Amino acid sequence: MEYFVQQLVNGLTLGSIYGLIAIGYTMVYGIIGMVNFAHGDIFMLGGFSALIVYLLLLSVFGGIPIALALFVMIIVAMLMTGLWNWVIEKMAYRPLRGSFRLAPLITAIGMSIALSNFIQVTQGPRNKPIPSMVSSVYEVFGISISLKQIIIVLVTAVLLTIFWYIVNHTPLGRAQRATEQDRKMAALLGIDVDKTISITFVMGAALAAVAGTMYLMYYGVIVFTDGFTPGVKAFTAAVLGGIGSLPGAVLGGIMIGLIESLWSAYFTIDYKDVATFSILAVVLIFKPSGILGRPEVEKV
Amino acid sequence: MSDMLLQVKAVETYYGNIRALGGVDVEVNKGEIVCMIGANGAGKSTLMMTICGSPQARTGSVTFDGQDITHMPTHEIARLRIAQSPEGRRIFPRMTVYENLQMGASLDNLKYFNEDVEKIFTLFPRLKERQAQRGGTLSGGEQQMLSIGRALMARPKLLLLDEPSLGLAPLIVKQIFAAIKVLNKEQGLTVFLVEQNAFAALKLSDRGYVMVNGKVTMSGSGKELLANPEVRAAYLEGGHH
Ligand SMILES: Nc1ncnc2c1ncn2[C@@H]1O[C@H](COP(=O)(O)OP(=O)(O)OP(=O)(O)O)[C@@H](O)[C@H]1O
Ligand SMILES: [Mg+2]
Repeated sequence: MEYFVQQLVNGLTLGSIYGLIAIGYTMVYGIIGMVNFAHGDIFMLGGFSALIVYLLLLSVFGGIPIALALFVMIIVAMLMTGLWNWVIEKMAYRPLRGSFRLAPLITAIGMSIALSNFIQVTQGPRNKPIPSMVSSVYEVFGISISLKQIIIVLVTAVLLTIFWYIVNHTPLGRAQRATEQDRKMAALLGIDVDKTISITFVMGAALAAVAGTMYLMYYGVIVFTDGFTPGVKAFTAAVLGGIGSLPGAVLGGIMIGLIESLWSAYFTIDYKDVATFSILAVVLIFKPSGILGRPEVEKV
Repeated sequence: MSDMLLQVKAVETYYGNIRALGGVDVEVNKGEIVCMIGANGAGKSTLMMTICGSPQARTGSVTFDGQDITHMPTHEIARLRIAQSPEGRRIFPRMTVYENLQMGASLDNLKYFNEDVEKIFTLFPRLKERQAQRGGTLSGGEQQMLSIGRALMARPKLLLLDEPSLGLAPLIVKQIFAAIKVLNKEQGLTVFLVEQNAFAALKLSDRGYVMVNGKVTMSGSGKELLANPEVRAAYLEGGHH
């Protein structure tokens, strides 16, 4: 029993990270119908930004309270990564809007390769360790919960609440939803559609950057290829939850996190990805639009 | 009265290689109600959308309040206070009625929202009852009311209505036309509308145009067009008055 709950805690932690990344996939898909293949690398970029910020903080101030360091890392990583994605969208994706459907996808694949190579060249091809930041572990009813896990789940919860509020209760969120539902009508009402799409890319990247920071803190290392696997997992989470649905992305992320930890705990770890994707396949057979997704509606 | 608000001059609009408008001239003066009638596929909706820059005219020009808007992006045109209730109504299906109205008031960042939404609810009490319902689940007529209400929320200088009577019960059509007249008389709202319901539209309007195959073939005061034998034969006969 304790072992099981332990796995739930681990799965929830992992799932939070996937959920944060998955939101970027689902929002971009929702608003322009594009699978942003480079989003995983944006996540990785976020992790590297956080690493660089931390190393800078250490070399400038020597010791620095961890809470403050994390806060600065998160904010700077969000800004930097958001800026990156803003530039990428403007330069690489926007000019292709309105061309054939596969063009942006292919460009995004190219962008994914370009980003990981860029980090490989500038940061080196080897694992980059981060000096250990948080190491406390608490024992609660025989379950060990690390401070890292608490931070990850809390930060995710806070961000998701802010994010949910923005999307549902602010003019910006309304503009995003309107653009998603009928781009032409949104423009007729004075919404700057291109700007709204840009902001969506920035928001997705900012959440991915937080995920990257959490990932870095949790595992203690990062490498230029780290965008790929978590990226694919998060994309799977978005599809599982119902692509285009924000609650779906979070739910899908947590489900995948749980499936992975539970499978690794009770069965052979080598097959954990097989298990994840099998469950995805089964869900899609019975509910092709994902758990919380709506049936595909025609886009005008 | 002859203060020109909208001028469409020799406009040609294409969909790919297909020419939908072949040199259209239309003028709307401040404070007027002007209508465009014409058969299916004549190009009426295309004209409405061309005024809003989506699609843009390939040749010719669109001038609003003295400003050339032919190549302006759609959202900037909207910011000049041209509001449209477009063909097909284009309600945001997964937003509530209330949110759809909020979208209409985006230009002023909801500054006059509370005040204006009450006016819309007085005009269409139905929308008030349904304000928490998702747009996509409204009936056709309710969507039409919402589309017009949403356009009015923008406090437009020029209101473009693409077949406002479509799908509405005759009584509601009467109400809407009466409401348009009131807005026009009391607030000086300028209206340019497209209608299949030619009789009601011409009666409401100060002036009218007839469009055939992407070209304006006739124009005149509402009364003149109503009396014109050609117009009667093509657009009014068989319709009950
Ligand atoms: N997106 C489009 N792509 C290609 N052709 C189009 C498009 N929209 C309209 N057309 C064509 O342009 C012509 C004018 O269409 P438009 O919708 O302006 O007519 P309308 O006068 O509004 O007709 P209705 O009374 O049926 O609404 C038609 O022949 C139509 O088939
Ligand atoms: Mg039409």
